[in-house]
Amino acid sequence: MFDDSNIIAGLEIGTSKICVVVGEQGPDGAVNIIGLGQARSRGVRKSEIIDPSQVEEDLRGAMFEAEQMADVEIRSVYLGVSGGHIRGFNNRGVHPVVSADREITPDDVEDVVKNAKAINLPAEDTVIHAVRQHFSVDGQDGVTNPVGMLGARLGVDMHVIHGNANRLQNAIRLVRATSLEVDDVVFNGIAASLALLNGEQKELGALVIDLGGGTTEYVVYSNGVMRHSGVLAVGGDHVSNDLAYGLKVPLSRAEKLKIEYGAAIISDAAKGQTISLTNELGLELKRINHEHLQRIMSLRLEEIFELIAQDLEHAGLTDYLRSGVVLCGGASRVPGLVKLAENVFQMNVSAGHACSVSGLTAALDQPEFAAGIGLVKFGSLKSRRREGRSFFPRGIKDMFGKLLQRS
Amino acid sequence: MNDQTELPASAAPAETSSALTVKIFGVGNAGIAMLGALNAAEFAAAQFAAINTDAGAFAACSAPVKIHLENKLLRGLGSGGDPERGRALAEEQFSTLKSACEGASVVFILAGLGGGAGSGISPVLAKAAREAGALALAFVTLPFGCEGNRREAQAQLGLEQLKSAADGVVSLPSQRVFKLIDENTGALETFRLIDGFLIEGVRGIWHLLTRPGLIQIHFADLRALLRDRHSESAFAFVEASGAGRSREVVENILSHPLLDEGRALSESDAVLVSLTAGTDLSMAEINRVMDQVKRQCSHAQIIMGAAVDAAMEDKLCVTVIAARQELPSPGMRPQTETRTAGPASSTREVVVARSPRMKKAGNKQVQTQLPLTIVSKGRFDKSEPTKHNGEDLDVPTFIRRGVSLN
Repeated sequence: MFDDSNIIAGLEIGTSKICVVVGEQGPDGAVNIIGLGQARSRGVRKSEIIDPSQVEEDLRGAMFEAEQMADVEIRSVYLGVSGGHIRGFNNRGVHPVVSADREITPDDVEDVVKNAKAINLPAEDTVIHAVRQHFSVDGQDGVTNPVGMLGARLGVDMHVIHGNANRLQNAIRLVRATSLEVDDVVFNGIAASLALLNGEQKELGALVIDLGGGTTEYVVYSNGVMRHSGVLAVGGDHVSNDLAYGLKVPLSRAEKLKIEYGAAIISDAAKGQTISLTNELGLELKRINHEHLQRIMSLRLEEIFELIAQDLEHAGLTDYLRSGVVLCGGASRVPGLVKLAENVFQMNVSAGHACSVSGLTAALDQPEFAAGIGLVKFGSLKSRRREGRSFFPRGIKDMFGKLLQRS
Repeated sequence: MNDQTELPASAAPAETSSALTVKIFGVGNAGIAMLGALNAAEFAAAQFAAINTDAGAFAACSAPVKIHLENKLLRGLGSGGDPERGRALAEEQFSTLKSACEGASVVFILAGLGGGAGSGISPVLAKAAREAGALALAFVTLPFGCEGNRREAQAQLGLEQLKSAADGVVSLPSQRVFKLIDENTGALETFRLIDGFLIEGVRGIWHLLTRPGLIQIHFADLRALLRDRHSESAFAFVEASGAGRSREVVENILSHPLLDEGRALSESDAVLVSLTAGTDLSMAEINRVMDQVKRQCSHAQIIMGAAVDAAMEDKLCVTVIAARQELPSPGMRPQTETRTAGPASSTREVVVARSPRMKKAGNKQVQTQLPLTIVSKGRFDKSEPTKHNGEDLDVPTFIRRGVSLN
């Protein structure tokens, strides 16, 4: 009953789970989430694929679930990527306006954007996103559309996100192997911020932190544009690993303890308390100090926030986050995390809620699906753009054309 | 001819021996035993000193200087095989060690690694010697395989520390000696042999420095070769006699177990060759030996010395010390630094090399590794490490920050 072109699927191959989010785009462009599939991920570490055949198996499972639930056939997906190899930086391009009357034409705009994209990347890297920020005309910053203005020098700032081509290619090839098409590759941090932030927050300035299983992505918006992004290859897995090491328990047990007893801030109730671990017969195996458990977690999570805070400090963005910090990702379920983040960042922190789409509330409220939902949102924006081609003569897919075709 | 120009004479002129002050330290029980085995007459110009944590071992020791490291905690029981204690003690009395090294140009450190005193004190002593301005050369034995993992690990750790502290380390893994000796050798005899092998190394360098040579090696050459290299050396001694002796010597060097069948030569970046023979030593023989050695180690800096000892009769002895360091050193620097006494003066007097020696002696280095990473990274062990400002974020935060959980 649906025209297939209205179906948009987002696929995130994460470290702890693979999730597929299916959305349907209405005629007005609004997105409605109609399906969700997920599977435990076993072939991924720090958001990078280490066992393709395992991932492929898990991916099929998640796909099947999503197709069942949405009752559609998924032919293509927007693929979310992450990993420690991904970096973001700002680049500025300038272009002299040469026409006699000094009026800036769309051609000038095109040229300046091209200049800004001409960047020196390591040979093995490829650009994932080049997002335009603001134009400047003769030193006047903050111009959003310079066409028709007068000036001699046109400049533009771009935020460029790039990553290792081979590793990105690995994920793309893997998806192709399951006879799916990849519409586009999207950095998970951007996807999460698309799902969580509304225009007002982007305007005021916000930091989105996606605490995943293997990596933590963060993106900063201010004045309506993306200003900064980054990936820390540290996530929930590290918390479990620290617990396993510190409490001397197996990793699987540490994982359970983290979920059951974990906290980001040492709670008064935990002080001096012990947890006894029992085997399946109810016999006590080991006693664990509850306070130690929470201290180990708290130190690790605090460190993640501190590293991000340092990075933002370095980029000079701390004072631009007037709307505060938004958390998402599976690890953001840890009790007390908001409070911990408030302590570190000294600003307003909230748990993210996917506000920009409608549909299954079960999916929208889960912090770990933010990136997946964002991927659908990204797809919907893109297809809307494609329809109204006016301003963006070339779709983002062209940027990726090379990347996608190479596989 | 060409070769000869590169051959620094083996022994330093006689006057250097008086100018050079050599101090030989025996560290720990094994080191003191080696000190005792050194022929005191031959090394008359050297100053001997014994260092130990256990007073008992001094009784049998004839060294004029005995440094007894002791504090109340040990209760006179020695270091108990714990290098940490030895090290802590030595660091506590660093100034004593340093003053003992004062005035020396070269400090030889003899020790058996694996126990408490040898592994713990030697690195500190080497550091003290270097701070006192001396060239620190260590000659150490590594324990037998049957002595157990712990001693092995301690020995490797000690060796690692020693390598970073001393200018040069010659190590002899005792296990390798099995290949060189008769199966039925008695245990006492075996230990004496191992000490003997190591002493060959000391003697080789000693001769190089003190005996006037046909082609002479200055102390400055040796120093330039070794200083700050922190290298670990393999060492072999071969001997042959008769008509085909030079060929036999070369074959033996290239198949020597302590040189890894010659592989140690190709991996080394500084090679010291000392030839000794009777008065019939011919230039052609020197040439043949050096040709082959050079072919094996084309990248190495070669220091060569030749000496003649009438007592050798028709024997030819060759001592090879091959030093390897972690960083590849520029290949050809050697030649410019080594000096020949008289370039290519083909007939020079022979120098007295060594007295005839046992069949083979040798020392072999082992490329060591720290035995284990102290903190396991658990599931991230095999994955690409997450480095941030030099910190490995895969290691639990509470460990990196030193938060105690008790």
